[in-house]
Amino acid sequence: MSFDNLDTLYRQVIMDHYKNPRNRGSLTDESVTIDMNNPTCGDRIQIHLHVEDDIVQEAKFEGEGCSISLSSASMMTQAIKGKTVEQAMQMSQIFSDMMLGKDVDEMDIDLGDIQALQGVAKFPARIKCATLAWKAMEKGVDNQSE
Amino acid sequence: MDAVKIRQLFPILDQEVNGEPLVYLDSAATSQKPLQVIEAMEHYYKWNNSNVHRGVHTLGNRATDLYEGARDKVKSFIGAESAKEIIFTRGTTTAINTVAYGYARQRLKPGDEIVITPMEHHSNIIPWQQAAKATGATLKYIPLQPDGTISIEDVRATVTNQTKIVAMMHVSNVLGTVNPIKEVTQIAHENGAIILVDGAQGVPHMKVDVRDLDCDFYAFSGHKMCGPTGIGVLYGKKEILEQTEPVEFGGEMIDFVDLYDSTWKELPWKFEGGTPIIAGAIGLGAAIDFLTEIGLDAITEHENKLVAYAQEQLSTIDGVTIYGPTKRAGLVTFNLNDVHPHDTATVLDAEGIAVRAGHHCAQPLMKWLDVTATARASFYLYNTEEDVDRLVGGLKKAKEYFGDVF
Repeated sequence: MSFDNLDTLYRQVIMDHYKNPRNRGSLTDESVTIDMNNPTCGDRIQIHLHVEDDIVQEAKFEGEGCSISLSSASMMTQAIKGKTVEQAMQMSQIFSDMMLGKDVDEMDIDLGDIQALQGVAKFPARIKCATLAWKAMEKGVDNQSE
Repeated sequence: MDAVKIRQLFPILDQEVNGEPLVYLDSAATSQKPLQVIEAMEHYYKWNNSNVHRGVHTLGNRATDLYEGARDKVKSFIGAESAKEIIFTRGTTTAINTVAYGYARQRLKPGDEIVITPMEHHSNIIPWQQAAKATGATLKYIPLQPDGTISIEDVRATVTNQTKIVAMMHVSNVLGTVNPIKEVTQIAHENGAIILVDGAQGVPHMKVDVRDLDCDFYAFSGHKMCGPTGIGVLYGKKEILEQTEPVEFGGEMIDFVDLYDSTWKELPWKFEGGTPIIAGAIGLGAAIDFLTEIGLDAITEHENKLVAYAQEQLSTIDGVTIYGPTKRAGLVTFNLNDVHPHDTATVLDAEGIAVRAGHHCAQPLMKWLDVTATARASFYLYNTEEDVDRLVGGLKKAKEYFGDVF
């Protein structure tokens, strides 16, 4: 396999998020924290969310992991900030579909950088890396909306 | 030993992965199977398939002979005194759990100690954590030396006359450390404790003689020694197995069954409830024949050469960290700079090279190494120096690929 194929996985934008993560850090008051790990590889991610008036006011992440899991967390926090809970959940659904290799309809929501992770679908062993942060977000939004 | 010739006996190795000839460096996870093992199982299913120990018809007799014949092969292979000491299990995990439930939990009391090491595979940690919780016994760890070995002084300091069970891996699946089982066994016995050896990475790669080691239990898996998945072995000294309770109850393992009470068959069958893993045992028997023909000493020597070559070659790459002692069994665990081992493994996979990346079912050891994960290349009798060269080439490419990121 040539590096061209690897390039579909490791897009420049992914590497940029890996090297310069956005929203890395923690939140203090009124936020909810979700720990999620990938037991098969040892990656750990912590997502901090602050939801108020049904809107994701703030989203941050911490943790250790591979380029795919950390860049995905970075992109996820960037994407959901300022969105309604419903929109965030919808994006998560779109992301899941994208990982299953489905063509995603971008009409409703602009995926932005997240689109770069589309190539992960071709690397089955890495899909869990990419979905880790999104699963944590879903769990956190559920907790805080209750 | 001619690894290039041996390699041809493994059909799976003759293929391309991602457009490159496959280099399989993940035998510590599971080994590949030679054609004769695959054929032995196929032959059984085609001609002899039947349930065992129910003897009236011919196929039943054949199946029983093959199944018990495999037990005899295991007995000779590891130097047990009697085939009664060979229990077929699903694998190493089931074998260790059989001892934890059937032996340890029956006799441990508060104040008793179980002694293990931080390098153990999860399968030799969690059964003891659970047994300690259930009985009030204390779980103790023999500390590791900076190079990932254990010292006999530390073993002496940790094992006391309160210690009832010592459980230790023969060979580390991460560090490649070969533990001094014979000495540890002696110390355990001096203190009145028994010892269980997790031999999952031992038996496939070196001549093991359980009577020479004098260990009380020795557990291993078929699939890491050219055999099929789903079959493993618990060896136990006869008198200790007799003191061990069965942990699975049902058909096949009983003598008499009454409405409110039952009695068990004699060894080894009292531990083999339900229809046993017949084809698996036959496959394991064929794997033992295969390994015996090549010779375990020749295999060990081959792996020693390969791992020395691999260490030498890997250390020529800037930014590679190798974990574990220099003198090691046939595997190398490493990391490449700040590249996450998952990313390293993905790049290698693109080159047709299969390595393991992750925590290797040894999270406490990862913590001790202060890493979240590592990459591991593990060798077996079918690997060659060319495989090591391909690995080195792949790692150089991974470095180049991620080079501009860091």
